[in-house]
Parts: sequence; C-alpha cells; structure tokens
Amino acid sequence: MTVSLQYVNITVNDVDESIAFYCDALGLEVRNDVGSGDFRWVTLGSPDQPDLGYVLSQPHAGRSQADGDALQELVTKGAFQFVFRTDDLDATFEKVRASGAEVLQEPMDQPWGPRDCAFRDPSGTMLRFSQAA
Amino acid sequence: MTPDELATLAHLRRARDMIDRDYAHPLDVPTIAKHALMSPAHFSRQFKAAYGETPYGYLMTRRIERAMALLRAGSSVTDACMAVGCTSLGSFSASFSTITGETPTAYRSREHAAVEAMPPCIAKLLTRPMPPVQQPQRAARRPQSSTIREAQTAPVS
Repeated sequence: MTVSLQYVNITVNDVDESIAFYCDALGLEVRNDVGSGDFRWVTLGSPDQPDLGYVLSQPHAGRSQADGDALQELVTKGAFQFVFRTDDLDATFEKVRASGAEVLQEPMDQPWGPRDCAFRDPSGTMLRFSQAA
Repeated sequence: MTPDELATLAHLRRARDMIDRDYAHPLDVPTIAKHALMSPAHFSRQFKAAYGETPYGYLMTRRIERAMALLRAGSSVTDACMAVGCTSLGSFSASFSTITGETPTAYRSREHAAVEAMPPCIAKLLTRPMPPVQQPQRAARRPQSSTIREAQTAPVS
C-alpha cells in the first residue's frame, strides 16, 4: 500500500496574481480552473512532480464570511508556510527573486543542518527552499 | 476585511519579517515603524493587536534567543550583546534576565550538556525564549518591574 500527497491547498488573496506568481517563480503550469459562484479553484502542477496538484483559492471560497475573514487575516499575517526541496538552491533563489517575490532570507547554511532560502508569496505565505542533500 | 485592513496587516507582516531578518543590526522601533508607514506609537499598538506582543518585545526575544546560542558556544557576554544588535550591556542584561529568568553571566557559566547533546533543530525549539505573555508561570514568579517595557517612542508630529 502506498499513500502520497495528491493536492495541497494554498489560500491566496488574488487568484490571478497568484497564478502568475507560481507559474513564473516555480515553473508551475495551470492544469484545471473550476469556478463556482464568485470563486475559483485553480489547480497548478509541476512537470517535476506530476502527481501533486497545488490548488489555489481565496479565503472565502467555500467558507462562511467569519471563517473566511479569520483565514484571510492569518494568511496575511504570514501564519502559513510551505517548504520545497530543490536540487539547485542558488538557481532557484535567482529565479524566484526575479519574479519579484519578497526575499525573507538569502541562501544560507542553517545551524541545524540544511542550506535554504525563503520568500513570501504575494498573499504572505512563506515559501522556503531547501537544498536537496 | 477591507483593502485598507489587509494592507495594514501586510505592512505589519513586513515589519515582523524585517525584525527576523535584521535583528542583529542596530534596529529600533521608530525605524521599523517607518518601514510599516506608521507612527511608532500607532505601529506598536497595531503590531501588538496582530501578533500578541509589542515589536520591541518581539525584537528583544529574537535577540536574546540568538544571544543564548552564542553564550552556550562560549562567547563572552559583551560579545554576545554586540553581536545581536544591542548597544547597551546594561539593557541587554536586563532584557536577558527578564526573558530567560537568569542573568547572561549565570546562563553562560552553567551546564548546557543536555542542549549540546540534542540535534540542533531540537535544541533550537527547546531553548527558544518565550515572550512574557506566553509564560504565565515564569511571569508570576517575577516582580512586576522586570517585564519588558515598550520602547520610548517619539510623539506623533
């Protein structure tokens, strides 16, 4: 039996801005774009990891006003993060920086082991990139 | 949430990121507030409302966390103080004592064998100092006067 992550949901304030960012910075491509009411769920994916979908949606998509407000506040305050692995950290850093992302940390060796760097996506979520061993 | 409220939160987030990135540089609340496009007093109130502690408290906790690691590695108290962006040894020692419950000299000279035996990622979590608002037991043991005071802020002009 094998179990693996199939979809990861990324909450964003502006779907179109985030599609442009994730495609530009991470080389993702749009796989699906589903609308319902005022909201859209857009699935992105990477040729490097074909079995994983990144689903972008807004905080209020499928939620009550109060829950959407609470989630939006947390996202914007920077409460969430995703960690990626890359086989070329410096090239990844340059590519993501060139997309205009806010740089949180330039590539450095962490005292606890990995060499990594970090950015924020346009909504405030931290994206950390770790050099593969 | 209105676009203005969202923009305010994004400014506060960038200010907190600035503290995380530049805490070892000479950094004070008026400088950080300027980056958040707010007056120091308004910025401190808004930051506390969003993150549960004042920007000065957040900055000092970050600095003391780093200083603890330097002291464990054998750095002198003066060197640790300067390395984390504090310019006054007196206020560094006072903040250190408030946040950790012991003086930097006492912390430096005591045994850290347990921390040294841990993987660094575990040690980082376990030795992370908690701001006073998140440590009720320790705060209760301390005299009221030892809590972190808000930085002196210039009047709004």
